[in-house]
Amino acid sequence: MTEKKEMAPELKEGLKAEFNKEWRKELRKSLPVKERTKLRRQKMPERKPEERNVDFDEVNLGLDARKAKKEAQRCLDCANPQCVLGCPVGIDIPTFIKLIEIGDFAQSIQKMKETNSLPAICGRVCPQETQCEELCNLKKATGTPVAIGNLERFIADYEMSQGDVYIPQIPPPTGYKVAIIGAGPAGLTVAGELAKKGHKVTIFEALHVAGGVLAYGIPEFRLPKKNLQAEVDYLKRLGVELKTNFIVGLTATLEDLRNDGFDAFFIGTGAGLPNFMRVPGENLIGIYSANEYLTRVNLMRAYDFPKYDTPVFLGKRAAVLGGGNVAMDSVRTAKRLGAELAAIVYRRSRIEMPARIEEVHHAEEEGIEFHFLTTPTKFIGDEKHQVKAMECLRMELGEPDSSGRRRPIPIEGSEFIMDVDMVVVAIGNSPNPLIPQTTPQLKVGKWGNVEVDWDTMATSIEGVYAGGDIIRGGATVILAMGDARIAAAEMDKYLNTKKSKLQGTKSKKRRAK
Amino acid sequence: MAKILLRERLVPNIHILEVYSPDIARKCKPGQFVIIMPDEHGERIPLTIADWDRKKGSVTSVFMVVGTSTHKLSILKAGDEIPVFVGPLGRPSEIKKYGTVLCAGGCFGIAAIYPLARALKKAGNKVITVLDVKANYLLYWEDKLRAESDLLFISARDSFYDCKDYIPRTLKNIMKKESEIHRVHSIGCTYLMSTCSEATKPYGIKTIVSLNPIMVDGTGMCGACRVTVDGKTKFACVDGPDFDGHLVDWEELFSRRKSYFEDEIQSLCYWEKKEFP
Repeated sequence: MTEKKEMAPELKEGLKAEFNKEWRKELRKSLPVKERTKLRRQKMPERKPEERNVDFDEVNLGLDARKAKKEAQRCLDCANPQCVLGCPVGIDIPTFIKLIEIGDFAQSIQKMKETNSLPAICGRVCPQETQCEELCNLKKATGTPVAIGNLERFIADYEMSQGDVYIPQIPPPTGYKVAIIGAGPAGLTVAGELAKKGHKVTIFEALHVAGGVLAYGIPEFRLPKKNLQAEVDYLKRLGVELKTNFIVGLTATLEDLRNDGFDAFFIGTGAGLPNFMRVPGENLIGIYSANEYLTRVNLMRAYDFPKYDTPVFLGKRAAVLGGGNVAMDSVRTAKRLGAELAAIVYRRSRIEMPARIEEVHHAEEEGIEFHFLTTPTKFIGDEKHQVKAMECLRMELGEPDSSGRRRPIPIEGSEFIMDVDMVVVAIGNSPNPLIPQTTPQLKVGKWGNVEVDWDTMATSIEGVYAGGDIIRGGATVILAMGDARIAAAEMDKYLNTKKSKLQGTKSKKRRAK
Repeated sequence: MAKILLRERLVPNIHILEVYSPDIARKCKPGQFVIIMPDEHGERIPLTIADWDRKKGSVTSVFMVVGTSTHKLSILKAGDEIPVFVGPLGRPSEIKKYGTVLCAGGCFGIAAIYPLARALKKAGNKVITVLDVKANYLLYWEDKLRAESDLLFISARDSFYDCKDYIPRTLKNIMKKESEIHRVHSIGCTYLMSTCSEATKPYGIKTIVSLNPIMVDGTGMCGACRVTVDGKTKFACVDGPDFDGHLVDWEELFSRRKSYFEDEIQSLCYWEKKEFP
């Protein structure tokens, strides 16, 4: 996978132009850097662990305007802002933060939306600590970066609370039709970008609700559905059409859509194929993939059963296998649904866990147990085929593997039994095979991922682009959105050249006459 | 939203549902299914497609009233709308000229096997159809199926029809009489499909069953519909629903289908109290 590390020249120039504006100069003068570095990071207000681990309301409460302005003061407004490099979508971070500092929230959100159409979501679920905040110069100076993610969330929530969402000026229709396959983070981003260019965008979504993993995967307590709904409504106001209950590949193939007059396509169908452990007893009752468990609870609202018809097993002793964010979401969900034991079972140790530190921290506060260096080898069922225990093996860490993390090695003879009545397997997903299976010319890699040119996100079929987990396997919301921004720019270029080609052939024909 | 064109009781506890869905009608093939959700609070459940009309743009399914979702469906009227009717899902049944094919359907499977019998007949097969009903008053679509079959037997536990017997014994009798049967298709409840598979196994006749585990999304995303076939885990929604009945782990399927037995009762009681106070 290629991650671009140098800043694009346009981006650099844009940042510089903003940096040199008079109001920015004055603002920098108003409080010297030395004073700014002394300011303490504003703590994100959150609900008490014992209060929040019994319901599905949001854990983080968000900064208020006063705290947000104070936090914005901490930003040093560097001449060479490293934070922007860490952002997969290249948000002009200093400008949006400085606009918060002077209290011009309306301008701040506009600036944000130039590059990021889903700030309420990114502000909540992006791993800022390994991206923008990791590279923040203040972190280098004091150890504590500016809370960029919290500020992003603040500005998005502020706009929503005003009830007056900024809709950018949309150019006249280009007459081109774009089909977006999958209404997840990648698809929603491409849709927003291309609608803003005047193309007619239709999103096709297999489920009955838009959002993809934002709808079925990430729980309410981390990303309230009302925030997602607001982002989807925003896209609709940009003129995007949403077709739910439509499975491209089955309801109509990509070729059918081309025949229906679509000019360009974006495949953002995600990593919708859960991986399992492949150990004996895995099909016992009470063993879920994280996708199924979270879908039942989030999308189908099993937490409100029987008001909603979809049930979910309420384990008293729940083990979640894996160490990523999805594992954290699953185990915290199990706790909220009444599990007395809600435990992470992970084959490596704490430092190798791919989950965000904040999520691990929240999980610990809520009473989640962690069993490191442990892997199940067998699931044991009762007479009703209900899981009642799992046989586990202890591990030790060996040499680093291809992921750079130390490889877990089983310790012989270390088997032990752990009593559980529910297991959630959260060890990752593979790309969903529906599009590759039904689109014969589409080039696919050995993991079932759609192959793209990483500079343009173009697939092997002309006019068809892809991004997010369908090309990466299982990654993050923001990486999917980064892919989507590149794809959207390239698709716009592609449509424009198509137009000039079309005009070219027309004029040739005229000449021939 | 998908519009209901027809909802009618065919026989006690079994209903027909015709839905306006031109996209699905244009694409669907025998053996495929749809996922449907009866209302905004509903569960997503799979129903096998029993017929379609491409011109009219309609898709027909037949279902037995069991739990909350099917109870909700059973009181819908023409003109009502349901939030989810999505498909066609699953791999279509393999249709080839095999020679003689026996199609065994019971319960909702009488309807589900109809498009299969029709396609097999069209492909040049001799089609023998066996319909399994508990009693004569539960039989429907007899004429429709007779029109697509070279031979049709009705296996019933009462004395009205040719075979007063359970379907496995009926199958055995037919297999003894017919010189050669090249393939068997069986659709219906898990019990019917497992006993049909058991009956044909000694004769070594390839028996295809259409599995009906619990599903959620129906696109391979969740893995609720895991079944073990030939020792390997398969997803019925994307790898099936058709599988070789002689290789299916039936015991596992029976148990997994009962995963939410108590919840289903609680859900139905809740709904009945709300709907008929």
